[in-house]
Amino acid sequence: MTEIPREEYLHKCTSACAGCSDSLALRYVLKAAGPDTILVVPACCTSVIQGIYPNTAFKVPVYNVAFAAAAACASGMSAALRAMGKKTNVIVYAGDGGTVDIGIQALSGAFERGTDFLYICYDNEAYGNTGMQRSGATPVGARTTTTPAGKAQKKKDIDAIVAAHDPPYMATACAAYPKDLFSKVKKALSYRGPTFIHILSPCPPGWRFPAEKTVEMGKLAVRTGMWILYEREQGKVTINGPSKAAMVRPLPVEEYLRAQGRFRGISSEAVARMVADARALAERLKKEEEGTC
Amino acid sequence: MLTVATGNKAVAAAVKEARPTVVAAYPITPQTEIVEQIAEYVSSGELDTRYIPVESEHSAMAACIGASVTGARAFTATSSHGLHYMHEMVNWAAGARLPIVMANVNRAVGPGWNIWADHTDALQERDTGWLQVYVGSVQEAYDAVLMAFCIAEDERVLLPVMVNLDGFLLSHTMQPLEMNPAGDFIPPLRLPHEIDPGNPGGYGTLTGPDDYFKFRWDIERSMRDSVAVIRETEDRFFARFGRRYGMVEEYRCDDAEVVVVAMGTLGKEAEVAVDLLRQEGVRAGSMRVRWFRPFPRLDLSGRDVVVVDRDYSFGFGGILARSIAATTGARPFSVIAGLGGQEVSYEDIAGFVRDRRPGEETWFGVTGDV
Repeated sequence: MTEIPREEYLHKCTSACAGCSDSLALRYVLKAAGPDTILVVPACCTSVIQGIYPNTAFKVPVYNVAFAAAAACASGMSAALRAMGKKTNVIVYAGDGGTVDIGIQALSGAFERGTDFLYICYDNEAYGNTGMQRSGATPVGARTTTTPAGKAQKKKDIDAIVAAHDPPYMATACAAYPKDLFSKVKKALSYRGPTFIHILSPCPPGWRFPAEKTVEMGKLAVRTGMWILYEREQGKVTINGPSKAAMVRPLPVEEYLRAQGRFRGISSEAVARMVADARALAERLKKEEEGTC
Repeated sequence: MLTVATGNKAVAAAVKEARPTVVAAYPITPQTEIVEQIAEYVSSGELDTRYIPVESEHSAMAACIGASVTGARAFTATSSHGLHYMHEMVNWAAGARLPIVMANVNRAVGPGWNIWADHTDALQERDTGWLQVYVGSVQEAYDAVLMAFCIAEDERVLLPVMVNLDGFLLSHTMQPLEMNPAGDFIPPLRLPHEIDPGNPGGYGTLTGPDDYFKFRWDIERSMRDSVAVIRETEDRFFARFGRRYGMVEEYRCDDAEVVVVAMGTLGKEAEVAVDLLRQEGVRAGSMRVRWFRPFPRLDLSGRDVVVVDRDYSFGFGGILARSIAATTGARPFSVIAGLGGQEVSYEDIAGFVRDRRPGEETWFGVTGDV
């Protein structure tokens, strides 16, 4: 299941930024999904990475749709394909803005109705495509172009919101752990009904770190406990290996924060809030995994 | 089969005959009965369609777009604020060249909160690339929906079609209805740009100025071509079911020295006004504009023209009146009447004709310093 195929569905020389974690994640997503797949992409970095008409950098069809509409568009697509007896994978591939902010109504509607599709949110914690403005997924203390002094509010917990819809499968992932991501996409697509994968997507220009450090940044996020890899399969939580290890012996959060320009000058209060929130989430997930909550 | 039905029930019955693969809709007064009736058909097994009860009109059109791009037939219905909430996707459907059919039950736009007939809702969507037809009877609502699928899905058109019927005046009024099994009247949908994993491409990708410009021209070219398709479809419909309407329905216009132009039920009311005026010796006729996009060519030369608009473009004028002035050179007497469901009788319309002052605009019922 974790043997990643050699087939590529992303051509070389896309218009992605150097070190783009979004396109790295998409590469594994498509390897797992295979050619009988349609991507639905709202306004986001991916819609730019594809290139300019008539060219496309992807070897699966991509339906680009308006920002707020991806999950609803995928609902109609999935319904029509199933009505015609087709099993084609319908995958929404949306950024954090299109998911946690403007697209949340359509996302919630599609999950509530039990749409047969996979919704992937690749999360670079800001509106990367338009030059790094804050989104609901931006963490507390992070500087963006619309929070120049650091964001005052904490990151919106989209996973808890999606979990409240009780989908058969949901998971978090990061392209720094490709086998983990690959197997999660496979697993998600094996279910009928709505499934969700939330991928942390470190963004070199937005987070202000060197382009060659993308994978390292993803690993730092997991090893410091600032991003927890887990799955929720038919309601049952499993914390995945790398995060299990990080919970036993985490790296200091400062290593993750210091490596990024967006946290320069962050207040100690903001760091304390971020750490407290991450710990609270870890405790909650541990209890859920043990079945004690 | 001859029966009586409301405009809403007639639309739903026509949708049943058209057999869409997907219907996605959200309820709104006065459209609600359409989506309720379709849900009934699906629930009872009379209609084999995927009914998606979406959480908003924005999502209704998005779901129709998703369905349509796979090559499936898609339908939705809305009204007023619902139409405006989906406005972004209304553009998207036309730009993506998807032959979606939508019934819009014409209703005023708030505030104030008003659920009665007004054409401003649909006319605010007039530049989106959708074909728009305005019907004048329950029978016509039924017939227009059947024809709308044929027209939208024709390869020369491939644009969405909006069938407009006046809120309550048609949506909730019972009139005789001849229902005909459509059978193979609507040919199977063949979407040349159907999304296909076997032939991957980007749909709606980032598009530079040159290609974007060509796409816009392509929409306009199809709009122009749609005139012939509308005529051919009406001919086929007439041959099969014995009814026809035209781009514009003319009534006693041959020798008319004054012509009343209106849309929807006001256009039907104008026919009664014409009969009244003829009894008084006034050589009156009426032209009921059915297709507003593409806009029809009206032969008004040498006649006085009275245009009754159930709509308004603030700071500009009655939208139908201004469109007629722009395309025919006529100087119509423009009457703004019926906004928000204001009652306008045939006697009122006859009065507009008697009091006509070419080139002027009046607001019916508005006097003094309002």
